[in-house]
Amino acid sequence: MVKQGVVPDDLTRPFFEAANEGRLVVQSCTNSDRLYFPPRPASEICGEGESVVWKEVSGRGTIYNYCVVYDCPVASLKEDLPFNLAVIMLEEDPGILMYSHLPGTAPDEVPVGAAVRVIFEETANGQKVPEWVLVE
Amino acid sequence: MTTQMAPESMYRSTEGLGVWEHRGKVASVGIGHSPTARRWDGRAETSVGALSIGALRTAIADAGVPPDQVDGLVLVPVTTTGAHWPEDQPVPMDVVNAFNPTDDPLDGVGQLSAEWILKNMPELTNVKFTMYAPGCMSAAIVVAAQAVGDGLATNCLVLKGWHNLEGRYNHGGISAASEVPGSFAISPGRTLWGAPGCYGTALQFAQYCTKYGKHHDMMAPFMQNSRRNGLLFPEGYWAQHRPEQLTPEDYLSSRWIAKPANLFDNDIPIMVAAAYLFTTADRAQDMAQKPVYILNHASSRGVARSITPTLEEVEVETASTGRKIYEGAGITADDLSFENMYDGFAQFHQFHIEGLRYRGMQPGDALDFYQTDISIEGPNPILSSGGNIGSGRSRFWMHTDCMQQIQGRAGARALTGVKPEIAVSGGPMPFGGNFTVWSATPD
Repeated sequence: MVKQGVVPDDLTRPFFEAANEGRLVVQSCTNSDRLYFPPRPASEICGEGESVVWKEVSGRGTIYNYCVVYDCPVASLKEDLPFNLAVIMLEEDPGILMYSHLPGTAPDEVPVGAAVRVIFEETANGQKVPEWVLVE
Repeated sequence: MTTQMAPESMYRSTEGLGVWEHRGKVASVGIGHSPTARRWDGRAETSVGALSIGALRTAIADAGVPPDQVDGLVLVPVTTTGAHWPEDQPVPMDVVNAFNPTDDPLDGVGQLSAEWILKNMPELTNVKFTMYAPGCMSAAIVVAAQAVGDGLATNCLVLKGWHNLEGRYNHGGISAASEVPGSFAISPGRTLWGAPGCYGTALQFAQYCTKYGKHHDMMAPFMQNSRRNGLLFPEGYWAQHRPEQLTPEDYLSSRWIAKPANLFDNDIPIMVAAAYLFTTADRAQDMAQKPVYILNHASSRGVARSITPTLEEVEVETASTGRKIYEGAGITADDLSFENMYDGFAQFHQFHIEGLRYRGMQPGDALDFYQTDISIEGPNPILSSGGNIGSGRSRFWMHTDCMQQIQGRAGARALTGVKPEIAVSGGPMPFGGNFTVWSATPD
């Protein structure tokens, strides 16, 4: 599956630059040690926002649950229907969630709760994004 | 007159506020519905503006209030079911000019302003209070109830209209683009991963089934009951255009959208408008219809921590909403005769009623409850309106049904297994909705 190309903007540039380097990062507040994803303006996280940094995480997680998508609004994904769309909980904080198509896992054969690890997949314009695969 | 969006201070969105200060002092006394249609056919007389005027006039006549005594109007300016007017397509000026237009030609076609309504209802000569509410009738009801209670209006119209244009919404625009902005790519809701509209709810439902050992097939009695009740709702889309019962076989054989959500788990977008007339409990005594008193309104303002609300977050939020509803109304779950919580994705409904602890339900109980007698003839009616699954996407059937049941004019849909005295309706989302408690008596 080739996802739409991604053009990083100011808010998301650190996330996508890290993805191109094979690193998974999320926002973190150094005052509370709390993680944030998806990204939001630093001022919405912690006062002046000076305590908000991008923190590298392990790239390990577990599958929260999933659906099998049969009817998708995104034109470029329609040829791949049906496909899994799972939500991954990060190992460092299961409240932080990311989407995944679970490449390599057949539709509707998803082991809920199983361990997964991050990979970085090229989108249509070459920008990489995190994806997740089952840990062997 | 400039119309503002209702301030957050008009909503009761936290626990611990005590009994609503206007409990039993505001009443609904008039109901008006437009006809329904699947999509707009391009004629002036079927535009969302025309449907809205018709619904408002019906509500005024139903209440028996002279139009010049109406002094308030609360409406939702957004009317789309998801489709917006195409940027490359001219607005049909013959339709625009069939009415008294405002500066925005989309008014009455693809949106509604208070100014447009008042320009096109010259009989409303005394409206001094206007306000907008976001999204749904559920929000407009809350704002109007609070406004009447606060003395901002005495006879206040409440309006929600919907337009539904050709085409499949969310399939054009950014969904068809070769590149998307980074913030969109990893934003909640629609993303790079191609989640359809029902995905978030379907995911919560999948987790619900995993957590409690349930299965999608267990929704079938609820779906059958909703369509049955909807076909007894003469104002609704299915009753007017497609009077077909939904059998469990029909439901279970339908195509998947995002498994475990299938086509029927999604409501059908339609053209429709409805209006109500609210007044003070004192004034309600003199009006044509039996008053339906409002005991409380409550709102959910849940915010998901990450990309989508989890089941666990939803369960915390709906339980809190239930407590807010009861606290402000001064009642308990045992006082509810029936319920009309939102179902615009069918898989929302169990979250709402479990949060209410309706009939003693706890989280994980609802699908088993659906296997019992949930009909309007039984002691434990579920969604007597049939909701949006039963009558199409309006997000207001639930409110109308609460009023009609309590007034004794629900017709063939009338509850016979319980005496309709106190009910709750509202929505849409378990994570962000507005809810109202209705009563046959002010106390």
